[in-house]
Amino acid sequence: MTSMTMAAAIGAGLRRAMKDDPRVLLMGEDIGRLGGVFRVTDGLLDEFGAARVIDTPLAESGIVGTAVGLAYRGFRPVVEIQFDGFVYPAFDQIVCQVAKLHYRTAGRVRMPVTIRIPWAGGVGAAEHHSESPEAYFVHTSGLRVVAVSDPQDAYMMLRQAIASDDPVVFFEPKRLYHRKGDVDLDADLADAAPMGLARVVREGTDVTLLTYGAQVLTAMDVAVAAEDDGVSMEVIDLRSLSPIDYRTIAGSVRKTGRVVVTHEAPREGGLAAEVIAGVTERCFDYLEAAPARVTGHDIPYPPAKLEKHHLPDLDRILDAVDRVLDRPNSLTGVER
Amino acid sequence: MTYTWTGTADTATDIDDVARLLTARGERIPHPDLDPWVRDVDADMLRMLYRDMTIVRRIDTEGVALQRQGQLGLWAPCQGQEGVQVGTARALRQDDFVFPSYREAGVLYVRGARPGDFTLTWRGEEHSSFDPYELNVATPQIIIGAQTLHAVGYAMGIQRDGDDQVAAAYFGDGATSQGDVNEAMVFASSFQAPVVFVCSNNQWAISEPVTVQGKFPIAGRAPGFGIPSLRIDGNDVLGSLAAMRWALDHARSGKGPAFIEAVTYRMGPHTTSDDPTRYRDKDEVERWRARDPLTRLEAHLRSIDAFDEDFARDVSEAADRFAADMRAACLASPSREPIGVLDHVYAEPHAGLDEQRAQFAAYLDGFGDDQEAKP
Repeated sequence: MTSMTMAAAIGAGLRRAMKDDPRVLLMGEDIGRLGGVFRVTDGLLDEFGAARVIDTPLAESGIVGTAVGLAYRGFRPVVEIQFDGFVYPAFDQIVCQVAKLHYRTAGRVRMPVTIRIPWAGGVGAAEHHSESPEAYFVHTSGLRVVAVSDPQDAYMMLRQAIASDDPVVFFEPKRLYHRKGDVDLDADLADAAPMGLARVVREGTDVTLLTYGAQVLTAMDVAVAAEDDGVSMEVIDLRSLSPIDYRTIAGSVRKTGRVVVTHEAPREGGLAAEVIAGVTERCFDYLEAAPARVTGHDIPYPPAKLEKHHLPDLDRILDAVDRVLDRPNSLTGVER
Repeated sequence: MTYTWTGTADTATDIDDVARLLTARGERIPHPDLDPWVRDVDADMLRMLYRDMTIVRRIDTEGVALQRQGQLGLWAPCQGQEGVQVGTARALRQDDFVFPSYREAGVLYVRGARPGDFTLTWRGEEHSSFDPYELNVATPQIIIGAQTLHAVGYAMGIQRDGDDQVAAAYFGDGATSQGDVNEAMVFASSFQAPVVFVCSNNQWAISEPVTVQGKFPIAGRAPGFGIPSLRIDGNDVLGSLAAMRWALDHARSGKGPAFIEAVTYRMGPHTTSDDPTRYRDKDEVERWRARDPLTRLEAHLRSIDAFDEDFARDVSEAADRFAADMRAACLASPSREPIGVLDHVYAEPHAGLDEQRAQFAAYLDGFGDDQEAKP
């Protein structure tokens, strides 16, 4: 075990994948000499050369579109979109090409493209640097979508994403890049939890709290605070946003009967809506209260000084926990 | 060197400011840049090009007929563009890889597409009726311009494999307005990728004339990206062959990308859903009919005594046979089972879709053996 930041763990995952498979190559803006703006690819240019660590022109559609061509040729490109808000110029290539080519060609062309996206807010960044676009990609058939929340899991899941014959949108919460954790660099991929599974990060009996990405840490804080109130929270990190692991989720909800879902992304059409619909379809008879969601507001991402009012924090989530427990809460008496 | 817009370099009026080897009347004329690339082309080769173009035109006629008869949902005619399609495609090696648009029936034919490959996609049975790795042709692209980036990426892969193949991207004049085509040229130039861009400037992007896409000839853009270009007469199959041989040799020999603007004309509608009489006049169409790629090659073959009635009959019969096979493949194609709609979304199991598949299968099973009632 080695203690390292999540950024370093992801870099180690890239290094390992490149060592394991010579067809893996990296593309992105500033990933070479600079080592990426978050230094995730630090040292990889020296180690693997410019043919496999490609500093690209500043054109996101170009990055993903050329990755499609490389995949046609049998490579396994890993592209870095420098920031979440920069993925939109590549949207067409991702949803119309990367996601569809396997279907379009009846399985003859594979698109093992991994799209890494430094993602979401809470780091005081400028506009376009704190977006949560995950719902767009979850809504796109043909893509797998994952979000990591700790260094060991990031290290393993990135290797799984690269090894997958399907395209994977890989969300890396910027807020956690510098957070350290133990990583077993020699861990065998075969021993890792499959990429599509959710992870119970804390067991509990009263309320199931579902989230992903950096919100997992907030959720853990919620669980500790709730415990002081005598509430036992089960916290689940979804990890995989497509597919969503309803088996694990339903198992938890059947135990607790109460559900809160939280994410940074805006509410309307967001993942919380999807998860709650899925839970309701499967566990309606087990539910003791209407599920609650705590999300970002339905607004463009606010200026940095205001983002703390946008990101669901400990108190807003605890308020929702009160709601599903039918305790007094901010919506008590409010017509809905 | 400075490139500026000038009144004389006008994409609309300068349609004769092109390199060519065969005039509209079929006269072989010299051209210093193109001649070296076709010294080996003899009468037999010219006859093969004529045969290809005739079959492609017949494929197109049959496609339109099948659509009008309700057998195809749509067809994108390529009549008038046989010269650039056949000429450039015949210059390719079989191990080169082509990224075509939806209008490249002639390129598909030359690459070895089977009769059904021309109809099953337009019929709505499949998104792509052939295996890209059998023809070395990517599934035809409908998002205009997207494939140019794929070609550049593929070419970057060729570089990394140390091979000498070339990737070729085919697209229309409308696509040159897209960001992707411009990004493709940036990437191709920056990485010196062995890719050839073939822009078939057929004058019209549905109803929009090429002047809406740019006020300067399209071939004039490539040098701005550091990519050499040729503006050729796309209705001259011999000139198209020569230009493509130049471009391929340039890319294959490690000199980086090359660009061809083939000035041609789409004689029919954009697709069978379109009515070109609403946006272009008859005189224009007739002017272009006089530049037809088939009649000019026929005139040239006659002038060198290489075209007789036996040859004409042989070619015509071959075209009719291909069209009949196309029709038969189209009419005989069985629609896939309902559950097939869920096939091939992912290469590996996906729990969400697997659950939907199980639910849809259970729903379908509810019809029991009553196949008639099955949706």
